[in-house]
Amino acid sequence: MLDFSRNHFELLGLPVSYALDSARLDQAYRDLQAEVHPDKFAHAFDAEQRLSMQWATRVNEAYQTLRHPFDRANYLLQLQGIHAMDANNTSMPMDFLVRQMAWREQLEAAKAAQDAAALDRLEKTLNTEVREFQALLAEEIDQQRNYPLAADTLRKLRFTDKLLADVGAAYEELG
Amino acid sequence: MAYSEQVLDHYENPRNVGGFDKNEGGVGTGMVGAPACGDVMKLQIKVNDQGIIEDAKFKTYGCGSAIASSSLVTEWVKGKTLDEAMNLRNTQIAEELALPPVKIHCSILAEDAIKAAVADYKQKHGNMAGSEEYTACNPPVAS
Repeated sequence: MLDFSRNHFELLGLPVSYALDSARLDQAYRDLQAEVHPDKFAHAFDAEQRLSMQWATRVNEAYQTLRHPFDRANYLLQLQGIHAMDANNTSMPMDFLVRQMAWREQLEAAKAAQDAAALDRLEKTLNTEVREFQALLAEEIDQQRNYPLAADTLRKLRFTDKLLADVGAAYEELG
Repeated sequence: MAYSEQVLDHYENPRNVGGFDKNEGGVGTGMVGAPACGDVMKLQIKVNDQGIIEDAKFKTYGCGSAIASSSLVTEWVKGKTLDEAMNLRNTQIAEELALPPVKIHCSILAEDAIKAAVADYKQKHGNMAGSEEYTACNPPVAS
């Protein structure tokens, strides 16, 4: 029987870890979705229909959370009682902020000059950094189980993700 | 999101955008970031030999509320002592700009930025803002 108290990993029958077999996640999601899909309960009683709807929503939420590396890491930390994205936490390492600021300035300059090549270079640099952070998260969460350290890395990833999104938006504007 | 008139005013006409050379004697630099939204804020103060903040500049990459919060802070701290600047609270910023609850973190960011700038200045000056320090950092140029 389906149990609402299980966490996202348990629900989908996956190990509680940052490293993830995405094919296995997709398969588990499809299997579970087929089981709880509201269409299957079209002729059932109202209460059963409602329950299946709640389940489908719950399964969706679990899938969407685990699918995205950022959300997955954030969720894993929450399971450890750590809320990495707490708004009151504003002190990031100075060298990190200086680098972020420099990239922001590069983005501004590239936008002003309509310089697509500069945007390309920036995007490449940022993607490299994102991959480094993701590798660090796997190391810190799965191997070292150093959750506070992983929270620091996750916060950095957030800044870089945001910057990448802004680079993407700048591309759009270039047309 | 609908911004308040006060936020729009600072957003459209931000006061004191820019920066000082962080290695200059009387300059204190504060840099902070908000993981919740990825905003980055740099706030700098220029302190005179009486320990008064003569000038302030900021550079913020973020939403309208973050820009408005830092713009407002640079206006407020000018002419203030370091202690007065340290006593500035994010609630005052939020109130002045009529920030909605979801944007309170922008005012927290601005409060932390000014505190970091004052702390940086004090660290550079060994917790003193006396004229001796000022002189030591800016030796008279022989003519």
